[in-house]
Formats: sequence, C-alpha cells, structure tokens
Amino acid sequence: MLEVDGLCVAAGGLPLVSDVSFTVGGGERVGLIGESGSGKSLTASAVFGLLPDDVTATGSVRLDGVSEDLVGAKENLLSTLRGSRLAMVFQEPMTALNPSLRIIDQVAEARLIHRTARDRAAAHRDALRLLEQVRLRDVAELGNAYPHQLSGGQRQRVLLAIALANDPDVLICDEPTTALDVTVQAQLLDLIVKGVKERNAALLFITHDLAVVATVCERVLVMYGGRIVESGPVADVLTVPKHRYTKGLLDASDLEAVDERGRLHAITGAVPAAGQFPSGCVFRNRCPRADDQCRVQPPWFGEPEQGHACWHPAGGDE
Amino acid sequence: MIKVENLSRVYRRSRTSAFGPRAEVHALRGVSFEIESGRRFGIVGESGSGKSTLVRLLAGLDQPTSGTVTFDGQRVSGRSERRLSFLRRDLQVVFQDPMGSLDPRMRVRDIIAEPLVAQRMPGQDRRVAELLAAVGLPADAGRRFPHQFSGGQRQRISLARALAPKPRVVVADEPVSALDVSVRAQILNLLADLVDQFALTLVFVSHDLSVVRHVCDTVAVLRSGELVEIGDVERIYRDPRHPYTRQLVQAVPTLRGALSGVTTADLISERKPL
Amino acid sequence: MRNLVIGAVLVGLIVLAALLSFLWTPFDPTQVDAALRLQGPSGAHWLGTDRFGRDLVSQLMVGARTTLYVGVVAVGVAAVIGTPLGVFAAAGPRWLGEIVLRANDIVLAFPALLLAIMFGAAFGASTLTAMIAIGIATVPSFARLARGSALQVLNTEYVLAARSAGRSGPAISARHVLPNIAGLVIVQCSVSFGIAVLAEAALSYLGLGTQPPTPSWGRMLQESQELLAVQPRLLIVPGVAIAVAVLGFTLLGDGLRDRFDPRLEGRRARG
Repeated sequence: MLEVDGLCVAAGGLPLVSDVSFTVGGGERVGLIGESGSGKSLTASAVFGLLPDDVTATGSVRLDGVSEDLVGAKENLLSTLRGSRLAMVFQEPMTALNPSLRIIDQVAEARLIHRTARDRAAAHRDALRLLEQVRLRDVAELGNAYPHQLSGGQRQRVLLAIALANDPDVLICDEPTTALDVTVQAQLLDLIVKGVKERNAALLFITHDLAVVATVCERVLVMYGGRIVESGPVADVLTVPKHRYTKGLLDASDLEAVDERGRLHAITGAVPAAGQFPSGCVFRNRCPRADDQCRVQPPWFGEPEQGHACWHPAGGDE
Repeated sequence: MIKVENLSRVYRRSRTSAFGPRAEVHALRGVSFEIESGRRFGIVGESGSGKSTLVRLLAGLDQPTSGTVTFDGQRVSGRSERRLSFLRRDLQVVFQDPMGSLDPRMRVRDIIAEPLVAQRMPGQDRRVAELLAAVGLPADAGRRFPHQFSGGQRQRISLARALAPKPRVVVADEPVSALDVSVRAQILNLLADLVDQFALTLVFVSHDLSVVRHVCDTVAVLRSGELVEIGDVERIYRDPRHPYTRQLVQAVPTLRGALSGVTTADLISERKPL
Repeated sequence: MRNLVIGAVLVGLIVLAALLSFLWTPFDPTQVDAALRLQGPSGAHWLGTDRFGRDLVSQLMVGARTTLYVGVVAVGVAAVIGTPLGVFAAAGPRWLGEIVLRANDIVLAFPALLLAIMFGAAFGASTLTAMIAIGIATVPSFARLARGSALQVLNTEYVLAARSAGRSGPAISARHVLPNIAGLVIVQCSVSFGIAVLAEAALSYLGLGTQPPTPSWGRMLQESQELLAVQPRLLIVPGVAIAVAVLGFTLLGDGLRDRFDPRLEGRRARG
C-alpha cells in the first residue's frame, strides 16, 4: 500500500534522514521506533508531505493507486490525498484542533472537504457515528463542546475520529499517546488497532516506547541517526536483536534486567546532535563492539523486510 | 522521618461568574502516610492525582488547607519561610522539567552552588567541583549555561544542586519522565549510586509504575487526591488490591507481556494481571 | 535580524550627528542673519536656511542632542522607577500589587502632554520639565511590563527550585527575576525612546519643552508652520529627522525583542 524507497531529508545541507526504505501493506501494523534525534518524526512528516519550508526531501514515496511520487508532488495532489487516503494522528492534540470550532463541526468538516458526505446534514450524522466509534461518551453533549473543554485523552480520540473519517488506506500515528496517562493510553491504543483492523488500513506507528510498539505492531523498524538500522517482525527483533543499538535499547529499557548491583544496562554516551553522527556506522562511537571495520558504512544484511545494518551483530559471537 | 497526617489541599479557582461560590479543586483529600528513614518511597499517580501538590507540601513550598506535614518530629506545614531553614538543609527537590528547573541566565556552577549560597555554607567552589564529579559531568561544565547541555545532563545538574547542602532526603518529581529511554537508564543508575553513596532517603514521584517498581521499595498510589493503596512495591505490582491499582497495573504495556501475546484489548479488559 | 541592523544604523546616525555637533557644526545654529533668510539648499548651507537665516543642518545636529538628551533622561528615569515597582508588585503581597496596578492606570490615563502642561504651568516650560513629564508618563509601561514578566518568571520551576534551596524573596527577585526580564526591559527602553522622541517634539512644538535659542526639532516645526505652502522644505527637514529617529528606535526595539525571545533561544541550542 505504501512504499518508501531511499527517502532522504535534509535541512540546509545537513542530512537528517538518510536512505530510509520500507513498505507497509494493507492491514499491516508497522512500528517505527527511535529516540529523539533519530529522525522518526521527520520521516513521518516527509511521507505525509508536511515538512517545514527549509527542509527538503528526496527519494520516493509511493501510495497504491497513485501514479505520481508523493515526494515533490504538488500541494494540490497532496491535499486531496491527506485526510482521505492518507491520514495522520499527531502527538499534541491541542494544537491540532481548531480552538474556535465545535468538535462535531471539525469531524464533519473532514467528511465535507473530501466530499465523502453529500451535504452538511449527512456529514453531521457521520460525525456523530465516528465519535461514537471512538467511544467518546455522551457524544451528543461532547460533540457540541470546544476542544479546551475536553481532556487530553478525549481530544486524541477526536483526532483519531477525524483521521479515520474517510476510511484512509494508510494511517500514520506520530507518538499519539506520549502525552497521555497510562490508562488513557491503553484506551486509545485499542481504538487505533480496532480502527485500522476494521478498515484493513496500513498502520505506521511511531513511538519511542518499546512496550507500546510490541503490543500494537507486528513489524518494527528501528531508527538511529536518521537511518533504519534494523527491521523485522516484532517477535524477532525484540527478542533476538541483531543491531547493537537495538540490543542496547532493549537492555536499557528493560527495567527488570539488572546487574549484581541492581543497575540497569545503559548505553554509554549520548545521542549526538544533528550532523554530528560519526561517519561510517552511525552508532560506532557508542558501540561496545565497534572497530576499524565500522568506519565503513555497513550495508544491509538480510531481506528488505527483515535485516540489519551492522558489521558485528549481536547473537552471532556471544 | 516524614509524617503526613490527613493532608488536604484545596485550590479556589478565580471567579467565572458574579454570583455563587468559586469553583474548588480538591488537589489532595485527607492523605496520610509515613516515610521511614533510609527508604525508597515511591508515589505513583496519573495527571490530576495530586502528586505534584504533594511534592510541594512535603518540601514546604506550599501550605496545606488542613492536615500536617512533619519532618523528624518538627512541623513543616504552617511554618513561615523563615522558620523552615532546618528543612532546606535536610530535604531537597529534583524537579521534573530539565529545561524549566534551571535558570537559563545562570552559569551551572552558580546553579549548583545556590543552596549553599542561600544557606550561607562555606567552601562553595570545592563543593561544586565535588558534585560535578559525583554526577559525572566534566569539570569545565561549571562555566557553561544550561542550554548548552542535553536533557540528561541537565538532570545531572539538578541532582548536583539537590545534593549540594548534603541533605538527608531527596524528593525527585518525575526526574526521568522527559528523558529518552537510553538516557533514563543512565540517570536511574546515577540516582541509585548517589542514594547508596550518601545514604539518602528517596521519595520518587512518577506516573510510570514500571520505573517506580525498579527504583523503590515502598509505593503509595494516588488517585484524584486520595491515597488509594500503599505497601511493598512488589506486592502491589503482583497483587494489587484496590480496583484502580489493578486497572493501572493492567494498563501498562510491557515488552514481556506483548511478546507473550498481550494485545491492546487486554490492556483495558477486566483481566487479572500477570 | 534585518530590523536590528536598520534600526541600529538609523539610531547610530543620529547619535553620531549629536556627538559631532559638540566638536563641529557647519554654522552656529543660533546665529541669525537677516540677509540669508529662507535660502534654498546651496554649497554653503546644505539644506538651506530658515526664516531667521539660521542654518538648517546645524540646527538638526544640535537638535539631535536635545532629542537624545531628553530621551535618555526620561526613559532612564522611567526604567529605574518603573521596573523595580513592577517587580515589587509581582513579588510582594497581593494588596501592594493591586495598588501599583491602579496607580499605574491613573497615570496612564494622563497623556504626557497634559502632564507636561501641568508641569509647565507649575514649574515653567523648559527641557527639564519636558524630561520629567515624559519620564513620569512612561513609568507605567515599564511597571506593567516588569510586573507581567516578573510574574511569569516567578511561576517557573527554577524559582521554585530556588525557594527549595532556601533563597529568600528579595534574593530571588534580584538573582532570578531581574536577569530574566532584563532583555524585555531593554527592548522597552528602545521602544519608549521612540515614543519619547515624538513626545519631546510635540512638547517643543507647543512651546512647552526646550526654549529658544536652543535648537529643537519640534520647535523647528512650529516656527515654520506658516510657511508650509511657500517653503515646505522647512517642515520636511525636521519632520523627516523626527520620523527617522522614531523609526530607528522602534526597529531597534523590535530587532532586540527577536534577539531576546526565549523561544528562539531553544531553537539556537539544540540540547
């Protein structure tokens, strides 16, 4: 459904995302995992065509049934696709909703813009139905409310309703639950999964939380330093990681795995600032197994859908 | 060491209508518990639980509407700022926001030395150097400004500041919530090292139950200003008694759970947790 | 950035002209010469002469002195009185804050002009009167700004941390509040300077400010206003000078404000 090939994003000559390639099929749930500075949000923005002015993308993003490449496509084409075939749920619900419009109107607008509803009345009815689907209680009453009168979790549900309004083929979620409480997050994650399952839509779920990605997705892509360093089924990548960064990330996030002093297994050093990643393998300045060979950028080992870019993968010589 | 009895804090919102009483927010309702010396005491709650209010009341930065806070037998609540110097020496706070809790116009060495300056303790330069080393920051970090450091490094600065007056208790308010996972591991390790090294009593406030489980031995669960459950952290995680605690434990996605088949539907169902 | 540069250049020009006037002016600005009245621009008099035969360029240069002098003193007084007042209102007890706010509103209600007239009537019109009147009229804007930004600073987590460290109220105001609002106060100084320039010109135009024979841009306007149809040059020259001064200071203030914006600071330093 969605095919990304060799995507690169740069800002003023500084490479931020390099050579990202992946596919997401209809009904598939793929996670994109990375910490800050990994380039995951930029990748999502590039796919969606919403990069800031001074940031440019090259490469290819193809959507099933659209002959033109989305990278560099005209805004006309992109705006007909966004909200109808391609939808996105952002992290900050308050800024994504118009504070001066009622909730029901904003959801209805999604239907009207793309002419999926015949008229205002139909759009209104559709909006009510969509809000019920995201389990917004007291829909009739809350629908007439303004965004600031809703809680964070409720606003995210509204955003999800808007995103799913026109039955998109691809749903991108960029850290949708990071700002939410755990119990609210659980509700929203369930709604997202149900929402894409019902529509057989492709899901690209971006997060920094390993546990969330494991619960929601079937496949996962690991990003570091603007590159995909490993990809594969969740069960494989997160149990037997190959790339040293993936292994480091898993060890560091496992709060139950401690050494004899009760300490967590942390990755040494810190994520470099943009443009200050080492040449060759992006992870080599923090990797316990780095050597001279790592000065050369590692190629992709394995299949396009399951593999890693590491000269000394974990699990090989342990 | 720290005793909280029937603590309540009510905020009165500003007027929205000309008539009738003002809206009240009950941030804390009759909370009582005790923290023994040497413990690692966790406070868990989601937004609106009152945990931030509780931190302020414990640190004497706010006054309760009713109830008392006692530190080492001496009352903290109801005392004027001037008479709280005993608390300022022995109890320090590490705040949540690594960006907002450091004055952007102050150099790091002045930030770390602030408690010493405020409480007129001598030997500031030497102490700052000691502290920078203790939290793993380079010696020349003192000359620089907060914005030149990463989030994890700023939290180290916050920790150094908190340790400056050699306190007996450190209250950490969501110290790792704003940090990346790999940095979180480093800071949690650092915190554990410091607690051991300086024999501190730790009060760790967080919304993240997994982190609290790793760090603390005792945990208190807050919901909407009420203390819902309190006890040994392993017991609470394995066998939560209050329905809210059960809901909270169950809603947390875990890697182990996911890999053994836990789905999003399981996070919200009425299932007994593993 | 562009605003900052343009503003700085314009302000620089005026300051240069004023400083230069201490060392040299083409002619004595106060020297009257009936034979040379109302001459157009020439090799000797670059911008010509006025109805009394006085050289315009020299009047402009010395007039710049007056403008800057009044501006510096007025804004200086306003900043020195208004800023601590605003910080006090924010940091101190609630009732004090209320009193300061109301007093502010009362002073704000008086136009500088009215104050100057009152002062002039009481103490006689002069440069000093103008400075004091403008200064007092500008205090509220500083007090308001200082109070607003001090409140924001007092609500930050780092001030909370300072309290937790044991800092007293006054120490917090001095060590945390003032440095963090300094940027905004400087911006306000620049913007108020622009307003002060205009106010001084207006007062001089009304005869309430600088008295003859000391040159002043505002009075140049007043002295030549009947000749608008015949010799518009006499009004355009001081008018443009005033406009350039106000524009320069305002742009400088805008440019400085962008420079000091804390949100931009975050973008500059990617942690």
